[in-house]
Amino acid sequence: MNELILELRGVSKSFPGIKALDRVDFKIRSGEVHALIGENGAGKSTLVKILTGIYQPDEGEIVLNGKRVEFKNPIVSQEAGIAAIHQEATMFPMLSVVENIYMGHHLKNRFGFVNWKQMRKNTKYLLSRLGLDINPNILVKDLSTAQRHMVEIVKALSLNANIIIMDEPTSAFSMRETEELYKIIRQLREEGKAIIFISHKFEDIYEIADYFTVLRDGRYVGEGVVSETPQDKIINMMVGRSLTQMFPKIDVEIGDVVMEVRNLSLNGLFEDISFELHRGEILGFFGLIGAGRSEVMESIFGIVKPERGSISLGGEEIVINSPDDAIKRGIGYVPEDRQTEGTILSMNIRENVTLPIIDKLSGRGILNRIKENEITNKYGKRMEIKASSWEQLVNNLSGGNQQKVVLAKWLATEPRILILDEPTKGIDVATKSRVHEFISELAAQGLGIILVSSEIPEILGMSDNIVVMHEGRITARFKREEASSEDLLKAAMGTSLERAI
Amino acid sequence: MKALLKRREFSLFIFILFTVFVISLRAPRFLEWSNLYDILNDTAILIMVAIGQFMVITSGNGGIDLSVASGIALTGMIVGMLNQYHPEIPIGVIILIAMFVGLILGSFNGILVAYAGIPPIITTLGTMSIYRGFVFVLSKGEWVSADEMSNSFRHLPHGTPFGVTNIILFAIIVVVLAYIFTTRTKTGREIYGIGGNRTAAQYVGINIRKISFMVYAISGVIVGLAGLLWVSRYASAQNDTAMGFELQTVAACVIGGVAIMGGSGTVPGVVLGAIFLGIINNALPVVNLSPFYQMAIQGFVIIFAIVANTVVGRKTQASLARKAKV
Amino acid sequence: MKLSNIYAKWESILFLLFILVVVFNSFLSPYFLDYFNIMNTTFNFMERALVALSMTFIILCADIDISVAGIIALSSLFMGMAAAHGAGTATLVVIGLGVGVVAGLLNGVIITKFDIPSIAVTIGSMSLFRGIAYAVLGDKAYTKYPKSFEYFGQGYIPGTVIPFELVLFIVLAVVFGFVLHRTSFGRKLYAIGNNSTASKYSGIRVNRIRMFLFSLNGFMSGLAAILLTSRIGSTRPNIANGWELEIITTVVLGGIAITGGKGKMIGVVIGIFLIGFLKFGMGLVNIPGKVMNIVIGFLLIIAIMLPEQIENLRKKAGS
Repeated sequence: MNELILELRGVSKSFPGIKALDRVDFKIRSGEVHALIGENGAGKSTLVKILTGIYQPDEGEIVLNGKRVEFKNPIVSQEAGIAAIHQEATMFPMLSVVENIYMGHHLKNRFGFVNWKQMRKNTKYLLSRLGLDINPNILVKDLSTAQRHMVEIVKALSLNANIIIMDEPTSAFSMRETEELYKIIRQLREEGKAIIFISHKFEDIYEIADYFTVLRDGRYVGEGVVSETPQDKIINMMVGRSLTQMFPKIDVEIGDVVMEVRNLSLNGLFEDISFELHRGEILGFFGLIGAGRSEVMESIFGIVKPERGSISLGGEEIVINSPDDAIKRGIGYVPEDRQTEGTILSMNIRENVTLPIIDKLSGRGILNRIKENEITNKYGKRMEIKASSWEQLVNNLSGGNQQKVVLAKWLATEPRILILDEPTKGIDVATKSRVHEFISELAAQGLGIILVSSEIPEILGMSDNIVVMHEGRITARFKREEASSEDLLKAAMGTSLERAI
Repeated sequence: MKALLKRREFSLFIFILFTVFVISLRAPRFLEWSNLYDILNDTAILIMVAIGQFMVITSGNGGIDLSVASGIALTGMIVGMLNQYHPEIPIGVIILIAMFVGLILGSFNGILVAYAGIPPIITTLGTMSIYRGFVFVLSKGEWVSADEMSNSFRHLPHGTPFGVTNIILFAIIVVVLAYIFTTRTKTGREIYGIGGNRTAAQYVGINIRKISFMVYAISGVIVGLAGLLWVSRYASAQNDTAMGFELQTVAACVIGGVAIMGGSGTVPGVVLGAIFLGIINNALPVVNLSPFYQMAIQGFVIIFAIVANTVVGRKTQASLARKAKV
Repeated sequence: MKLSNIYAKWESILFLLFILVVVFNSFLSPYFLDYFNIMNTTFNFMERALVALSMTFIILCADIDISVAGIIALSSLFMGMAAAHGAGTATLVVIGLGVGVVAGLLNGVIITKFDIPSIAVTIGSMSLFRGIAYAVLGDKAYTKYPKSFEYFGQGYIPGTVIPFELVLFIVLAVVFGFVLHRTSFGRKLYAIGNNSTASKYSGIRVNRIRMFLFSLNGFMSGLAAILLTSRIGSTRPNIANGWELEIITTVVLGGIAITGGKGKMIGVVIGIFLIGFLKFGMGLVNIPGKVMNIVIGFLLIIAIMLPEQIENLRKKAGS
């Protein structure tokens, strides 16, 4: 039937101070979709980097098609038929789709010159084979994030990969795009490709994966057939304990209106956005990618100026021209991209946490290390940031801890309103649950919270009220008790259900 | 998306025509063929060296070559002195020597940038001083003047064995070769790759070091040729030859739509950018402005071109992004 | 502190080099260790040193300003024009500083309003500013300056041989250093240089700060123009020609990463004196200026290569 195509036996990899992989075993067969599961820091991306030749294992062996191999560099791995599609698409924005696919291995005609005609033809074919309607001549910078991911998959196929590694591929996808991806994966499976699928989303795993392997703290914990294993068991394997409640929502009394948004509009991005936020409320903003939620939030936070509409705080209409204004008004914003927008990786925890309030902490403009340490200590401890000291660079922290730094930073500004944009994206289950607890605590303290999320369980589990956006407009509002997954999806997709599953 | 590409260079082309038209209103002599031919002669060297600069800038990672002017001066002085003391060396050999010296100078830059990992602006800032300094060391502060040069040497840029002056011919050859290289060869396209996304380029196995080195070497070869043409055209090899020229090459690139951060730009764009500068330079005496106005106008034009380029580029990007969403 | 730690620190290496230069120079020529000579030689580089202070801020924020020498020329031009019309010293100072600020502001506005890389804009403004000087003066010069104006560039602290320029620089160097390392403003600069996006999202008014820095750079260039014009007593369009590159060299040599976010002011100060004395020493043995530039060029390159090579050697020794 399906032969074993790739096997890792006892593979270990260490870095200064960390043992990333500890005698890990892994097997995958051709025609199999294999989910690689584990919390952040479990070793998944190290394993991928070993498979793609970026790292070399310290011990253990890699067996490909029955033969021992070594992937000394990415090219060797590529030639062996392994292709990886990364979490952040690595593309050439100023070049066309055709060239993005062929960069590094342009086709040549018999004179040794680039054969544009053939490359365009091939690209068109590869795109249509996967049912993608993308113009091959478009520059990649003009594509959406999801479209870029698709192009990466096409790129992998153009390299005749037999083993395709997808690292959190759907984390930027809409429902429809996720379905498209499933279709592609199923087709690849038919063709006998082996797919290693890294995901935190159980919807993906249970929908598409045949088999799974769980890593924890760099060690192999177990494997199994997806359809025969309940979710709790997998979670158990991941964290070593079972999490009884993913979304610990405390019931909070909802107070007065703390922010009122009326007819906020920015051409092409969002239109007529109106809503109220109350003290103690968690207002969920649900929608697909491109719905415009982040843009609305960025407008409220002062990153982009809206063209029409008003924002009122405590009854008084205000104008927010910059994040500085917003912060002074008591609004905090935890952005979607924590590495580029949320933290300064090359500075340490203390410097990051104190940044928005650095003027306040500095008497007459002069830095006060004691006050900085005080604040960092207070909020760092509260967020349970795991680090050797507050002088540690944020770059050296795990994704979950980095997000905690962001949260600590915003807490330190003592906001009245906190906007969280996909706060648990790409974070391990344990930290995720802690973050949810934490959000609930904040609401209980009287903050007004806006939670932007594309994860239905998260929205349903955390929000008191839900606003659904689609293509820049609000299409539905629900009270928590009224909402169902189907209703949310319907509203998020507008009225045209034909585009759906 | 050739349409978009055509749009940028096309609008620059239209703008040039417009400028020429406006100038000719003021001074009809400007539009005469002999005048336009002069412009081409004057601008040929700029076109060539700007193309080398374009490749360096497009290779990304802060790529820039500030040493081109000093390189021109140094190679110019070397071949000038060579010709002075050994006039028997045939001009063909001199051309090769010039290109070879340029190759060495460019390679030195290339090694420092690609293999020692020194940021290009620092490297070429350094070599700019070093090369210029060596002009002095070699010449001991003296010039090679016209009467110390052989006839064939001085005649090189002006000869017209193929109907146009040699200098224009050289420029055409460089342009054509560069165009083919950057649009039709794998290595040429990989310059855009490493300029557009260095990590991605690495992942697909492109030899970043090799290509980074190569663009500086190519720039050097062109600089060598340009140095020979310069001193032979102006019949003088001086210590301050081509002073400030490096900025003109960057200006030509910027006006021609080359992205300062790398990853995009075209040969036709650079050529147009250089021609535009050449037109401005030439137009000054024609509209009765003293040549001393040249620098100020050049500066103004650069700023204007960059701002215009940016603003227009952003508008089209925004509208396209909305279209691509469907 | 371990020897390897001190060894690895850029500023320490610089200081070592500085000592080396001083020692070497004193062997080279008996004239070097003369107090009077040393004081006097500082005249040669104090103007550049002043601009290096504000340039440090700019480069720390991952920007660059190639137009500073052009601003000096422009500022000197306007002072010359005013002096030719009989303006007094106080007026000249105001004009000199004012022109500098306006020029710097122009840079800042274009860079921040249109979001264009500073290298591209300042390549243009550099030509524009100096070009204006050429357009107005051509091959002529302004040479009539009031007597009292001479003090800035030629004067000493009364009763001493310490030049006014030197004292001015030291005071400003302390101020700039304090601002950079001990104030919240300085912290913001480091933040911007490390990640301007995250800084913006943290409430830092990035563009406002950048605009201020370019204006400040213009101001310091204007100040340098006053001192320089006062020292040489005239204005020609090629005044301070090529200074932008030397100033940037000084800053980078001082350990400020060209990509921003890293480096210390003390490094820049040491670098200033290192280069200044190095050139002084070379001048004492009659090395021509152009050849000095070769040395400075190599120094810059070696200065960047050295830490990396040391790091590589340490790694090899360790493994």
